Amino acid sequence: MSNRIITYSEAIREAIGQAMEADPSVFMLGEDIGIYGGAFGVSGDLYHRFGAERIRDTPISELGIVGAAVGAALVGMKPIVEIQFSDFTAQAMDQIVNQAAKIHFMLGGELSVPMVLRAPLGSGTGAAAQHSQSLEAWFAHVPGLKVVMPATAQDAKGLLLSAIDDPNPVIVLEHKLLYKTSGPVTEDAVRTPIGVSHVAKHGKDAVVVATGVMVSRALEAAAILAEKGIDIAVIDVRTLSPLDMGPIEDAARATGRVLLVQEAPKHVGFMAEVSARLAEGRSLYYLDAPIKRLAGLDVPIPYAPQLERSVVPQIDNIVSAVEDLMREP
Amino acid sequence: MTNTIDPLLAHPGQELSANAETARTTLQGMWAVRLFEEAVDSLFARGLMHGTMHLSIGQEASAIGASAALRATDFITSTHRGHGHCIGKGADLTRMMAELLAKQTGYCRGRGGSMHIADAATGNLGANGIVAGGIPIAAGAALAQKMQGKDNVVMCFFGDGATNEGAFHEAVNLAAIWQLPVVFVCENNKYGMSFSTEKSMHVEHVADRAAAYGIPGVRVEGNDADAMYLVCQEAVDRARSGNGPTLVESVTYRWKGHSKSDKNLYRTKEEIEEWRAKDPIVQFENKVIERGVLTREDVDAIAAITRDKIRVAIQEATTAPDSDPAELLSSVFRAVQA
Ligand SMILES: Cc1ncc(C[n+]2csc(CCOP(=O)(O)OP(=O)(O)O)c2C)c(N)n1
Ligand SMILES: [Mg+2]
Repeated sequence: MSNRIITYSEAIREAIGQAMEADPSVFMLGEDIGIYGGAFGVSGDLYHRFGAERIRDTPISELGIVGAAVGAALVGMKPIVEIQFSDFTAQAMDQIVNQAAKIHFMLGGELSVPMVLRAPLGSGTGAAAQHSQSLEAWFAHVPGLKVVMPATAQDAKGLLLSAIDDPNPVIVLEHKLLYKTSGPVTEDAVRTPIGVSHVAKHGKDAVVVATGVMVSRALEAAAILAEKGIDIAVIDVRTLSPLDMGPIEDAARATGRVLLVQEAPKHVGFMAEVSARLAEGRSLYYLDAPIKRLAGLDVPIPYAPQLERSVVPQIDNIVSAVEDLMREP
Repeated sequence: MTNTIDPLLAHPGQELSANAETARTTLQGMWAVRLFEEAVDSLFARGLMHGTMHLSIGQEASAIGASAALRATDFITSTHRGHGHCIGKGADLTRMMAELLAKQTGYCRGRGGSMHIADAATGNLGANGIVAGGIPIAAGAALAQKMQGKDNVVMCFFGDGATNEGAFHEAVNLAAIWQLPVVFVCENNKYGMSFSTEKSMHVEHVADRAAAYGIPGVRVEGNDADAMYLVCQEAVDRARSGNGPTLVESVTYRWKGHSKSDKNLYRTKEEIEEWRAKDPIVQFENKVIERGVLTREDVDAIAAITRDKIRVAIQEATTAPDSDPAELLSSVFRAVQA
């Protein structure tokens, strides 16, 4: 089993290609995923490898596309829907929330919807408020959806492969800024399990819990903090639903200090759930400082680069937040 | 033990009323819908049934005539007003009744109720509580048939109101550009709750909307089971032979209110009476008797046999165990195979 350095988007493309080779029921549908290669270039050459039937270009009809995927999934296909920007899932919410998420439960358990919905999320590209949101909490709030946010190229491949295998609808939220980043990725179709949080770095002084692009920012912050003599652990949540609190609880107990970092606005965000679970559990007794959240400002994402940077956590914000946390009595 | 209507028989190109066997199964189907819903209405009125439901009494010929054009391996998607579609596709009357009575033996184990009956065994991909929610799903199921090289057809039922939803337009367009094996059956009962088609559309007929997608649109007398069958049979044939979707507008009427909250403020007694006079079951019975295909005794016997099936459904469902809260948390996801 060999590793190469490839990009996050190449890793996603490789996962789709391997899944499509292995299983004729896997196919992809979305806007401009064919000859164009996808708005972010993720589908790339898949159209040339698998043809227009299985790399299926669609009209600009998000609700129709997701609904078609639900219907196809109900009768034995394994569709992978690409939504160009996760913001546009708003057009498709009925099919995601009222149909896909509920069919298995609401219709008594005979039917299920083995569908994957991939969509890029996040800011940092100057695309402004309608193309830059982090809406993961919307999906995580709906019973019946699994929600994953790969933070590395390996997990972009591994979580997607697990999502395709899964007999339930899985929302895969890919961060736009990660598409061009690279990392070691296994050539084989190695699965990253859904529902398992990952210790990205061990550390003894504090733990930073993060999702998506905030994982790499937390790791960079860890390097800076190490030079200052502060050793932090970093947990990559990877799967938001179902949530694995195990490694988070362990690290909270071991370090006594917890910083929760998300790009999305703080108010009613995903990390509020992590915070509540920590506070409700016995780990609370091990803490030396109150649980802290570092999150996006509660504003729409602005256009200007200096404005955009100022509304979501950057590496230096994480460094200072950890230093503040260490100063707590 | 199953408790279903006999499979709907049909001879392509021939009216259902032209032959004793097809006339009998058609009548049984329509009676089953009527009697099932009358029973439900009465259980509800007596406080023995919970929740809400939408009755299709008056629209029976539409559901049964259309269903007669389908094979067992074909699929349907249905609506909140879906009892007729489920019965037409072969659903078990006891399991339907059990669902409405919130029993563990119901189609959805009591988790769905009237608006969510699905039956994988008969190709029923589910009724839907969201207006137009099933239309994109039908297109997707039809896409799957095409990709899997199967010649099954998907029949997609929805109301006139649903054609004002974006989902309708997106899905019909997808089905048209991909030439999918789907038949869109719009049961135009003149109202979406209180809002009439005259107010909700600026084209005269729902069928006119087909032109926007380059597919055939056909208007049919939905209270005439024969007409409904013949038009749907042609549309099903077109779909099955790879020639794409059809929009069928079945012109019909619901006698009862939209749901339990309806005070009928938006329509006149005269209008309701006018349509009651076009009772699809009475029309069909008179026709088969006039044609000499069945006798008065035959048609009465069919109604009586069907009444028994509904009685059995209520009896069996009433004594079934209540749905079980203990399994709820473990039922949200299908287990992942290791
Ligand atoms: C998306 C959505 N909007 C509104 C409703 C509430 N509602 C339920 S049925 C209905 C009327 C639907 O009319 P139509 O499609 O003509 O079907 P009919 O009830 O006449 O059979 C409405 C407004 C709903 N269930 N879903
Ligand atoms: Mg209507």
